[in-house]
Amino acid sequence: MMRNGSPGPDGLLEVLDLTVSFNTADGLVEAVRGVSFNLARGQTLGIVGESGSGKSVATQAVVGLARGARTTGRALFEGRDLLALSATELRAVRGRGIAMVFQSPMSSLHPLYPIGWQIVEMIRAHEPVPRARARTRAIELLGHVGIPRPERRVDDYPHQYSGGMLQRAMIAMAISLNPRILVADEPTTALDVTVQAQVLRLLRRLQDEHGTAIIMITHDLGVVAEMAHDVLVMYAGRAMEQAPRRELFRIPSHPYTQGLLRSRPRLDAIGGRLTAIPGQPPSLIAPPRGCPFNARCDRSIELCSAASPALLAVAGDCTEHRSACWLHQSGATT
Amino acid sequence: MSGAPPIRGRGPWELAFERLRQDRAAIASAVTILLAVVVALAAPLVAHLTGHSPIEQFSETGLSPSGIPVGPGREFWLGTDGLGRDLLVRIAYGTRISLLVGVLASALAVLMGAVVGIAAGWHGGAVDTFLSRFMDVVLSLPFLVLALALAALVGPGLGVSIFLIAFFSWASVGRIVRAEARAIREREYVQAARAIGASSARIMFVEMLPVVSATVIVYATLLIPSAIAFEATLSFLGLGVPPPTPTWGNMLFDAMAYYKVAWWLLVFPGAALLGITYAFNVLGDSVRDALDPRYEQTIRSGGGDAE
Amino acid sequence: MTTEVLVQLRDVVKEFPVKSGSMFARRKERLQAVAGVTLDLHRGETLGLVGETGCGKSTLARCVVRLLDLSAGQVLFDGHDISAASHRELAPYRRRMQMVFQDPYGSLNPRRRVGSIIGDPFAIHGIGEASERRRKVQDLMALVGLNPEHYNRFPGDFSGGQRQRIGIARAIALRPELIVCDEPVSALDVSIQAQILNLLAELQVELGLTYLFISHDLSVVRHVSDRVAVMYLGRIAEIAPSEALYERARHPYTRALLSAVPAFEPDERREHAAIVLTGDPPSPVDPPPGCRFHPRCPRARARCTNEEPQLVSRAGDGPEHATACHFPLADGETLADWPASGITA
Repeated sequence: MMRNGSPGPDGLLEVLDLTVSFNTADGLVEAVRGVSFNLARGQTLGIVGESGSGKSVATQAVVGLARGARTTGRALFEGRDLLALSATELRAVRGRGIAMVFQSPMSSLHPLYPIGWQIVEMIRAHEPVPRARARTRAIELLGHVGIPRPERRVDDYPHQYSGGMLQRAMIAMAISLNPRILVADEPTTALDVTVQAQVLRLLRRLQDEHGTAIIMITHDLGVVAEMAHDVLVMYAGRAMEQAPRRELFRIPSHPYTQGLLRSRPRLDAIGGRLTAIPGQPPSLIAPPRGCPFNARCDRSIELCSAASPALLAVAGDCTEHRSACWLHQSGATT
Repeated sequence: MSGAPPIRGRGPWELAFERLRQDRAAIASAVTILLAVVVALAAPLVAHLTGHSPIEQFSETGLSPSGIPVGPGREFWLGTDGLGRDLLVRIAYGTRISLLVGVLASALAVLMGAVVGIAAGWHGGAVDTFLSRFMDVVLSLPFLVLALALAALVGPGLGVSIFLIAFFSWASVGRIVRAEARAIREREYVQAARAIGASSARIMFVEMLPVVSATVIVYATLLIPSAIAFEATLSFLGLGVPPPTPTWGNMLFDAMAYYKVAWWLLVFPGAALLGITYAFNVLGDSVRDALDPRYEQTIRSGGGDAE
Repeated sequence: MTTEVLVQLRDVVKEFPVKSGSMFARRKERLQAVAGVTLDLHRGETLGLVGETGCGKSTLARCVVRLLDLSAGQVLFDGHDISAASHRELAPYRRRMQMVFQDPYGSLNPRRRVGSIIGDPFAIHGIGEASERRRKVQDLMALVGLNPEHYNRFPGDFSGGQRQRIGIARAIALRPELIVCDEPVSALDVSIQAQILNLLAELQVELGLTYLFISHDLSVVRHVSDRVAVMYLGRIAEIAPSEALYERARHPYTRALLSAVPAFEPDERREHAAIVLTGDPPSPVDPPPGCRFHPRCPRARARCTNEEPQLVSRAGDGPEHATACHFPLADGETLADWPASGITA
């Protein structure tokens, strides 16, 4: 991995040591604390975490959408550090280089303007294209994402679309400028499971056809298992584990990942008591020293409360597998 | 098993109060209002200090030889009015009327508005239709005509003023409360209360009222300055508290005849009216910000909230 | 699970008026959220109710506890017909059946203290005096895993999982026999979901509860339920014991639903490729004729467009396993097997 300003040959986005904090009335909230990740061309990175993990905030900060945030670290994209760009420069990157799809399309699309109009505006904001041509492109895009009879639906308003179609429309808008990266923040959480399957399939198809890299942010390990090539597990603002998808599910290394996998009811397993992770996530205001998962971990040792472990390679065949846990680094058996 | 982290334990009211405490504009306006209250209570003291009562007419010292009121000076700190009465003392006594009417009328208005609003919002259907139309009628009534009529019928006075102002103010509160009550009716905690078997009365009192009270308090605070202005208008028109009791409104009326030669008759009562109205408006705004429910979703200890 | 029946639903229908049409040609239509459901709930069991948006499961749940009036049909609780009971007549039944809601942030009044909220059932039904109530409330809090000393806090001071515990404490206060859980863990983090599910399981054993468990999450439902019913557009498409439903589902919709759940083990890319249904779940305002699922069904035939299938045992299943389909899947058959000549959208 090169450090001189651009990621390696396959790397598209390289985030280094990102921290994001907010000043609130209750104190300083440290939402993201020293997280690094890479996104390779044409690949999908799944960022998994629960509430308060910082997964959304991290990507929002990278594209400059985190209001009132104080960020440090670097986010290298196409030879430039996104965190050092001005607002105007960032706006040019958004949509063109990096596009975002949010969880609730109902609130991401303006309810009073037709969908087609919104897509056209998006296109014309970045490219000097005459309105008529942009509209044709919008209709094309809607068809591309699987909306039936796009030439008629292009003038409909958001409330006339169903949830699944709205999300597709959002995706159409996001890919309208052929972005290199698509950041999808919980894109299917609000959707029914059959519709979710459709949308995930659409995203995979788009990736195959256009080579778009995807960052998929979700709390659902199942979605990650379907979509991601690489997985990053976050907890309370820190990275806990990082591995290629298969490796993570096969040999989860970090106690938190193991806990998550164990506590999830499975479609193929029969009842019995779930192994729940006791307690709840820590406060992000003046977070405790040491490993953030320490209080809920059933295998914590003294070192865990004293210092926070770094994300280091895990012993084994896979070189890309990293975990932030003292158990693996102090030589203790797991 | 729950391993609960230390819970902050500040209820929504405490939080609101703390936010208010840190709002400088709120403090400033609260102090101003407090001063006004002190003056109102201490009006007899002011009379005693100056040696003049509010209704005593000093034709020798208070009026110039040609009968024009005397300006601010050593004997009359703020001057005198057309009948030679001490303006300062009269303004002090006028504060009593203004504050009394303002607060009482506002309180009465929000009380009526809240009761009707909650009842309309909760019951819906025919009850709602009836009450809503009733509120619409009240809002369409011409206040001046009715005020005149009522004053003619019963005679002007303190009670009449308070009633009139409350009557013309409660319906707008009622409408707002009704809208809020309708929204609350669909909330899950109200459904939960019904599932447990709570009666309508209990739901209205125990579930809806605390939630609606935030809006009501804000309205009450913001209604006071308009009630005070309302009272001034009534007195100005001779429909309020009858003379010789001083109110800022009738003092301003008296000033109309003399303002060209006696600016103090307009400026001082006018400033008092303006000042107190402004203070209440600012306070009302701050109270509304402090009670804003969006603040209740700040990131708290324990995480577990959206992102 | 016993064979004693606690709740019986007979052809329950729930309609809502819907205004449609233009300003001048306004029509008053009726939306059938629940379009004829017949169901038995046995004492001590957990019956899972799954379905997607618009299937009517939440509406049905509210009909069972009589938060809604029925448009037609009957609800019998312990043999008593409560379908048309008034608020007063329902009072004794309210003590015996309760509900846990989905939204931990909306189901508790933010301006009331937690102890007061949990103590509501006692206050409403006039049980115990103030001091005694306080003790009972604190016992309940301990029972659900909350710190009893937080009696005087407001809901805003608690996390999502804790608020759900508060809701559960309120529901079990009067020791009901039936608890209807409407998506009780859907709004919670994964690591907290397991805690709440375990709590519900413990309470069921300790207090002898019967659960009607509503969820859109098939994995969760599988874990908690003895029997599962799948709803589609206001009707039950299939009902079976848990294992039978997940292993040998007969209704095409059930199969499609199961296949759409993201594979957990990425290696088992599921021998059946995801049957991705076309289109979105239709809205209940204008249901299709015949079998309601036929526009999206890869197995649909002419019969499906004009004849509504009954919910009966098919393909040699026992009385426990009923399917509402003219062409249910046989053992070993997959959705992809059917020759494609159906009528699909």
